[in-house]
Amino acid sequence: MAYSGFRLFAEALRGHRGWRPLWRDPEPQADYDIVIVGGGGHGLSTAYYLATRFGQARVAVLEKGWLGSGNIGRNTTIIRSNYLLPGNQPFYELSMKLWEGLEQDFNLNAMVSQRGVLNLCHTDAQRDAYRRRGNAMILSGADAELLDAEGVRAMYPFLNFDNARFPIKGGLLQRRGGTARHDGVAWGYARGADRRGVDIIQHCEVTGFLVEDGVCKGVETNRGTIRAAKVGVAVAGSTGRVMAKAGMRLPIESFALQAFVTEGLKPCIDGVITFGAGHFYISQSDKGGLVFGGDIDSYNSYAQRGNLPVVEDVAEGGMALMPMIGRARVLRSWGGVMDMSMDGSPIIDRTGIPGLYLNAGWCYGGFKATPASGFCFAHLLSTDTPHEVARAYRLDRFARGALIDEKGAGAQPNLH
Amino acid sequence: MLIPHPILGPRDAQEFTYLGPATLLDRPDGMAEGAGQAMFDYLYPRDNPAGPHRELWYHEQGDRSWLIVTRDTVTHEITGAELVKP
Ligand SMILES: Cc1cc2nc3c(=O)[nH]c(=O)nc-3n(C[C@H](O)[C@H](O)[C@H](O)COP(=O)(O)OP(=O)(O)OC[C@H]3O[C@@H](n4cnc5c(N)ncnc54)[C@H](O)[C@@H]3O)c2cc1C
Repeated sequence: MAYSGFRLFAEALRGHRGWRPLWRDPEPQADYDIVIVGGGGHGLSTAYYLATRFGQARVAVLEKGWLGSGNIGRNTTIIRSNYLLPGNQPFYELSMKLWEGLEQDFNLNAMVSQRGVLNLCHTDAQRDAYRRRGNAMILSGADAELLDAEGVRAMYPFLNFDNARFPIKGGLLQRRGGTARHDGVAWGYARGADRRGVDIIQHCEVTGFLVEDGVCKGVETNRGTIRAAKVGVAVAGSTGRVMAKAGMRLPIESFALQAFVTEGLKPCIDGVITFGAGHFYISQSDKGGLVFGGDIDSYNSYAQRGNLPVVEDVAEGGMALMPMIGRARVLRSWGGVMDMSMDGSPIIDRTGIPGLYLNAGWCYGGFKATPASGFCFAHLLSTDTPHEVARAYRLDRFARGALIDEKGAGAQPNLH
Repeated sequence: MLIPHPILGPRDAQEFTYLGPATLLDRPDGMAEGAGQAMFDYLYPRDNPAGPHRELWYHEQGDRSWLIVTRDTVTHEITGAELVKP
């Protein structure tokens, strides 16, 4: 079933009775060529690109809950490629290019909206750092513009420019950045993969790995043993728990990140704004709610909810940046569990066990990475070589001292 | 979240800053044989358990003591807090 304006029109005349479920609900088979553990954004996009770009048909995605129940359905949907370091920026720029063609590629409206991402700066030193970052972005083929305070004022006159402590001095703008509908992204990839024969098996929890003579030959699940020539794990916040079943300790800790949405308001913020003096970022959804967030809760957590001190901190950041937000009422807040790595950058690599592959460490920024993460993981799984732009995402980089630490915060995940 | 400080009684977790697992106290000797591997094991791989976790909290807004707190990472239930021995 393909979507088109014509199809919508025809269905409207028939009372919308012709729409069908977007994917099958198959029973797990006894064996596959490739099994992906985790049906979040990254697992589903991996399966989609395996099927569409790498000619892999005997693929299954195993999801312990329902599709989209993890972070893919909980994030604040910001997409951008505004990184500094050479290990990161080309990867995120590939992701941005894939976002730009995504809806045509999988024929679903994921509401990819390049409304611009603006990072504000509040000191001269921060402006210098943004100038450098902007140049790095441009070198990677991305776009970047440095705005002065007047340039920012022309876009967002309501910001608190003359805040005594954090005056707004300008900002780094990536016009191609923006937002996308997170659920739509999961659905589009799931439907596209399913149509090409990938089995998406929900309510199937991986409880262990089948390792024979030191080689991974499949997984144990609550629905029986499933054999596979290769197993790729993409379980985000559950990475520590799942990989412990293969006896692995990883450079990852799990933390909760919260997000908030207000009641629907008239359009007032047409892009994404981030506060440079605290941790606060905001955009407005197409339904009108202000969607915002800030820091992770500071301590290890596997609870998919956060605590009040961070709520207070986020609200203070919002008030410092745009006092008018104090009039808005928060409708909902929620949390997700982040796989925070020791340098703040991800891992897409083989593991010490042949046949077992890992995609993890996405911290609070893995939504924007969804297309490239899936593409590069599919590349690794089917060719056994890393994709060119993901070559730095090695698991052994910590032992080699080749960290990709954008923030320079060191091996303390709650600071990244 | 309240942390049962062994000297000061229950204190708001907001008075503390969080560092990480209590294993960070066992810093290996950087001059010893095999220090490279020992430092790697100390600094990067983590147990990251879903359940009881022994972890370091610093009473920054209080008496400046370091505590080892035992907290469940799924329920946030705190089952113990002791002073770090110097
Ligand atoms: C509040 C919040 C805001 C965020 N905002 C942004 C943002 O603005 N921009 C951005 O780029 N990123 C953002 N992120 C981060 C982003 O959402 C994540 O990095 C990304 O979604 C993680 O990859 P995923 O989609 O594959 O994860 P998930 O959707 O969590 O997928 C992992 C899946 O694995 C499944 N699983 C776990 N254990 C097992 C098992 N044993 N067997 C089978 N399946 C299992 C889980 O059920 C889950 O569905 C945000 C995250 C949160 C929580």
